[in-house]
Amino acid sequence: MSYNSMELMIVVASRNLEDNSTVVVGTGAPCAAAMLAQKTFAPNLLIFFEAGGVGAQMPTMPISVGDSRTFYKGLIASSMPEIMETCQQGMVDYTFLGGAQIDMYGNLNSTMIGTDHDRPKVRMPGSGGANDLASLCWRTMVMTVQNPKRFVEKCDFVTTPGYLSGPGARERAGLPPGTGPYKVITDLCVMGYDKETCRMKVESIHPGITREQVEKNTGFELLWADELKVTEPPTEKELSILRNEVDPLRYIIGRGA
Amino acid sequence: MNNEAANSGTLFMDPDVDKAREFFRNKSRKMVSKVTTIKEAVAELISDGDYLAVGGFGTNRVPTAVLHEIVRQRKKHLGLSGHTATHDCQVLAAGDCFDRCDVAYVVGLEARGLSSASRRAFESGKVKAVEWSNAALAWRYKAAAMGIPFMPGRIMMGTDTAKYSAFKEIECPYTNIKLAALPALYPDVGIIHVHRADVYGNCQIDGITVSDQDMARAAKRLIITTERIISNDDIRRQPERTIIPYYYVDAVIEVPYGAYPCNMPYEYFSDEEHLRDWLEAEKTEEGLLDFLNKYIHGTSNFYEYLQLCGGMEKIKKLRNLELLINSNNTGSAE
Repeated sequence: MSYNSMELMIVVASRNLEDNSTVVVGTGAPCAAAMLAQKTFAPNLLIFFEAGGVGAQMPTMPISVGDSRTFYKGLIASSMPEIMETCQQGMVDYTFLGGAQIDMYGNLNSTMIGTDHDRPKVRMPGSGGANDLASLCWRTMVMTVQNPKRFVEKCDFVTTPGYLSGPGARERAGLPPGTGPYKVITDLCVMGYDKETCRMKVESIHPGITREQVEKNTGFELLWADELKVTEPPTEKELSILRNEVDPLRYIIGRGA
Repeated sequence: MNNEAANSGTLFMDPDVDKAREFFRNKSRKMVSKVTTIKEAVAELISDGDYLAVGGFGTNRVPTAVLHEIVRQRKKHLGLSGHTATHDCQVLAAGDCFDRCDVAYVVGLEARGLSSASRRAFESGKVKAVEWSNAALAWRYKAAAMGIPFMPGRIMMGTDTAKYSAFKEIECPYTNIKLAALPALYPDVGIIHVHRADVYGNCQIDGITVSDQDMARAAKRLIITTERIISNDDIRRQPERTIIPYYYVDAVIEVPYGAYPCNMPYEYFSDEEHLRDWLEAEKTEEGLLDFLNKYIHGTSNFYEYLQLCGGMEKIKKLRNLELLINSNNTGSAE
């Protein structure tokens, strides 16, 4: 069965979640990944939205992290402090984030492009809840397309902490121990992080993608797993649930190339 | 960023809890009707230079009618708490109303794209930005609502967000861990749109409350717009539903559909088409000016704007969307 890059990313992301765990998602691809996980192997995955929605049974994909779909038939329509406090308290396992730039330690930029904070070349939204979620949730995943503009040697601005400057840096900065980046899922490959160096490490390459393509689309030196795998392609069942039940109007998967 | 200066941002608002207590000591407790008009509330309660906090979540349950009136009355040099500020930031930037901002989320309208007017405001250097996060601003409201000078949090530390922020780090006196001491934020004026309120300002909100419970208590003056005014008996029938009590409230205005073009949970969905028109019109200064002249300066109130956007027929469509009513009904009354 053929599939596009967005469908592949969503399927791969969904497989990295667990049943009976908790995840904070935004709208778009991460939300689709969490919904797909619920409908395949993780019926008791609990979805949180940072504006306050918990455990919604979403009738359609939400447009906003705070729209009424995010608590439709939910368990709680709570508040932003409630969700952030639940993360800080240690009850939230996963979160998905994105950004305009990411570096080898998984640090993310969603604040600005340029070098002068008073006069940025491009002003972007800022942290929103991203800094909080990456600081407080146990495992942070990133879903993004991979190209050298996005995967950079150095972020223009570190909005959201990955492993900061490397091993031990999060803990030294004062962030809760045991938290941090977990996976990066792109249109080319899946990356984790090397335990020793905290640097991004390719774990599997998507079918039909070459190592050179991955390197060419990355602005820093990648580490490679000893046993480099080929990503398991989406199954018929995964694709059919994604297309028919998760995103029937193709809001998200329609964006895939 | 190369600047290594620790947390170099300006703290716009004084976290002095005793000064705040003096203010609240003198705030009226009279349970009298606070019903007024949008025009009067904005004229009397918001002055040039004030620091504003806007309730809801960007394109959800925002007090659009008040935001438009701020632009219409050409309020200037405001401060803005950029807590999930999407359409609210867009409207106030379009009106060139603010020149300093505590940023958690601004400029963007989530997946819809970036607001060009907001970008111009920040990129030109006109708006002074200090960086925070959503939890940081939520907890700053909470500290103010609690009457304590700061709330400790385990966020922002180690990043450029912290370098361009204005919090200080402290060590926990019990466990010796590092903490971000997030200073209490007392906005001059809070503006919140709710589902129901009585004439005194006792408010009910359906669905998520975002940070409004704390923000309402942190703000020195509070303007409430409500879909519907209900009786005090209705409030007393379900006192557990009162999320904002009357003594924090300075003005109550009944504005049905007052969050349009944004989503009001259980009432109407966001008007994505009109939000796209906003993003499109803002791309040039001239386009924005025409747009503002048509929809805000060229209208005398929120209902003329709503009428221009399709009036009740549009609202009916948005209600069908919100309530998941599958209908080919275009919204006409026939």
